[in-house]
Amino acid sequence: MTPQPPASSPQPLSSIFMRLIEFWLNHGSEFLSAILRHLALVAASVGVAVVIGVPLGVLAYRRPRLGSPLIGLANVVQTIPSLAMFGFLIPIPLIGGLGAKAALIVLILYALLPVMRTTVSGLKGIDPSIREAGLAMGMTDWQLLSQVELPLARPAILAGVRVATVVGVGTATIAGVIGAGGLGEYILRGLSSVDSIVILAGAVPAAVLALIADFALGWLEKWSEPGRQRNRRLQTGAVVLAGIAALALLIGGLLWSERSQGRIVVGSKNFTEQVILGEIMAQLIERSTSLKVQRRLNLGDTLVCETAMRAGDLDLYVEYTGTALTAIFKQPVILNSDEVKARVAASYAATGRTMLPPLGFNNTYVILVRGDDARRLGLRTISDVAKYTPGWRVGFGAAFLDREDGYRGLVSAYGLRFAETPRAMDLSLTYLALAERQVDVISGDATNGLIAKLDLFALEDDRHYFPPYHAVPVIRTETLNRHPELKIIFDRLAGVITNQEMQQMNYEADVERRDVSAIARGFFERHPQSHQPITSPQ
Amino acid sequence: MRQPVGTWLNGIVDDQSSSPPAIEFDGVTYRHPNGPLVLDDFSLAIGRGDTLALVGRSGMGKTTILKLINRLLLPNSGLVKVEGRTTSSWDAIHLRRRIGYVLQEVGLFPHMSIARNVAVVPHLEGWPQEQITRRVDELLNLVGLDPAVFRSRYPRELSGGQRQRVGVARALAVDPPILLMDEPFGSLDPLTRAEMHQEFHRIQSQVRKTIVCVTHDMGEAFALGTKLGVLAKGRLAALAPPAEIIHSDDPEVKVFLDALPKVEIRENTKQTK
Repeated sequence: MTPQPPASSPQPLSSIFMRLIEFWLNHGSEFLSAILRHLALVAASVGVAVVIGVPLGVLAYRRPRLGSPLIGLANVVQTIPSLAMFGFLIPIPLIGGLGAKAALIVLILYALLPVMRTTVSGLKGIDPSIREAGLAMGMTDWQLLSQVELPLARPAILAGVRVATVVGVGTATIAGVIGAGGLGEYILRGLSSVDSIVILAGAVPAAVLALIADFALGWLEKWSEPGRQRNRRLQTGAVVLAGIAALALLIGGLLWSERSQGRIVVGSKNFTEQVILGEIMAQLIERSTSLKVQRRLNLGDTLVCETAMRAGDLDLYVEYTGTALTAIFKQPVILNSDEVKARVAASYAATGRTMLPPLGFNNTYVILVRGDDARRLGLRTISDVAKYTPGWRVGFGAAFLDREDGYRGLVSAYGLRFAETPRAMDLSLTYLALAERQVDVISGDATNGLIAKLDLFALEDDRHYFPPYHAVPVIRTETLNRHPELKIIFDRLAGVITNQEMQQMNYEADVERRDVSAIARGFFERHPQSHQPITSPQ
Repeated sequence: MRQPVGTWLNGIVDDQSSSPPAIEFDGVTYRHPNGPLVLDDFSLAIGRGDTLALVGRSGMGKTTILKLINRLLLPNSGLVKVEGRTTSSWDAIHLRRRIGYVLQEVGLFPHMSIARNVAVVPHLEGWPQEQITRRVDELLNLVGLDPAVFRSRYPRELSGGQRQRVGVARALAVDPPILLMDEPFGSLDPLTRAEMHQEFHRIQSQVRKTIVCVTHDMGEAFALGTKLGVLAKGRLAALAPPAEIIHSDDPEVKVFLDALPKVEIRENTKQTK
């Protein structure tokens, strides 16, 4: 399903700035650790890229027949969009998966090319007579490299490191989609709740980091120009050793920080409702069992969660039956919700997962009208509205307009006609546009928090045009067998969350900007029976 | 020493009993990879302590001859011997550290101070630091550069002539018995060059090396060499002391002689007599 954001109206710059400061102050330690983690990801990946890339560059320079394909390969890697690369790596064992390890791999791959290429061009740029002088003086290959060629290529190599670092700061924000943490997490969180302040809270420091890195490395580059450095011999060895030690610490720290042995890894896709549900699942396990939970909320889309789960990097997340049927298992649309559940449950069972009991609500598409129109005209179903629509204006999200099972099917199923061709609108704006009478009918998501808030009315899909999208927790069967108590606690949650309650929680997150863990705590306060501690069968 | 070229050469090459010449070429052929034939059955012997000035047009293989001596190149056929051993039987690194090399473009390392540049080979040889420092000062004094002023400067802070002097100091650092010079003063203005020629004689009178110096300038060859070789078509057209060369009627030699400014001939012939 798609995110269900509220609309945001333009604000004066100063107020944005104040709210940004406020956000950072309120999230002080979290913000600081996001910056540090971001820096650690970039520093570690660029560091490894230097350790690998410089020798590869030397090899490419000394043995062009070996080196050209290497550079070519690095070039190809560079052209892969980073989002695709993160997705591509998830199912790959050992190097892939979710979190810092996979993020490091991708960031290293991206940093390699600039480092390799500038190493080669730096070495190629050395005056041949200088190299010849070194040889004629009886330098061995290694002495020539370490005493003459590398020092002379250093400014060029540093330029490559600078490019790699600046690009890395940017790419690392995208690593948020695989749960690697860092500033990208704010950007994703902000995007999913259409909260520009949260987006800026991540994007602004990322941009500042990139600028600082650019400036600092530019200074280092100047400083290291031939003939500038003094007392170099003293430093080189110590610097290299310290650098490698720091690198090892950094990578070790990053990987240690997200070790997941014995923990249940709970994930979610990257929109508000998913994050809330992920947090509820996580708290449910923490409240009812002695198991430890690792949260990997706000991952990418359906595909990311699915591949991560198949790769064993994710134990549990909440999926929607209709999405699982069509997007994951590639089956045609079925309208009967029991049949959908049965098919999806069977497909999950066949692929090593267990579909747990549905949570209750159905986050399907809904056709919305204003509440006062519904009451005034006595509208209850989509069929009811057909006789009014020829005089009405309509606003649909672009995706809904394009989809075969969206607008076109809807119009033919109900014989709807409208006053004008539907406008493709930003999904986040349609709810407000409807409330403000710019349009009269919109498509929306059944659990959007704005429906109740703006007094909108969801018309009943009396001809059962929209497929069901019941929320179901899905867990790896292996994990479930290892911890059978999970079955008990998820059974207790069956059918507990209604559409109204989900709308309410979405509203708390999207409009009231309440913290997700507080929202989940609120949920358990309302439903004390669903999180009683159980005694472990062991 | 006043024999015609051929017999003089044969005399040396045949005479294996006494100590071997410092450098010897015997029937050497060298062809650039995928390129023209540079040396064709080339023979030459250079006695210890001699200064051989080799003259030839650009592309005549002057630099090739130097690189064959320090094994930057190996001949396609024939033998190149240094101190009686073929270069292919020398360990290349060991051989090169016994041969000082002053390059055409000087080739100072721009990222190293003057002192560090001069100290490159002593460093490679693992000399103790105090000995290196002493030697660097000694060499800078020898080439007429005040160590206190120049020690910690960088090559780009020096004039062309000063860089040449550093190049010579660097080549002499571990006191190698052989010194190769490739157009060492080619890029200098005439006055500086004349000054460097005098410096060259002063230094050579102190260090007494076997020197091979290649140049395209007959005047410079006269100024520097105790023997002159004229290269043409991959062979030696003439090899003799300057005083003999000046009277040669070999057409290849005459081309070079005719190119000499008259004034310089008179001065230089006086000098060599």
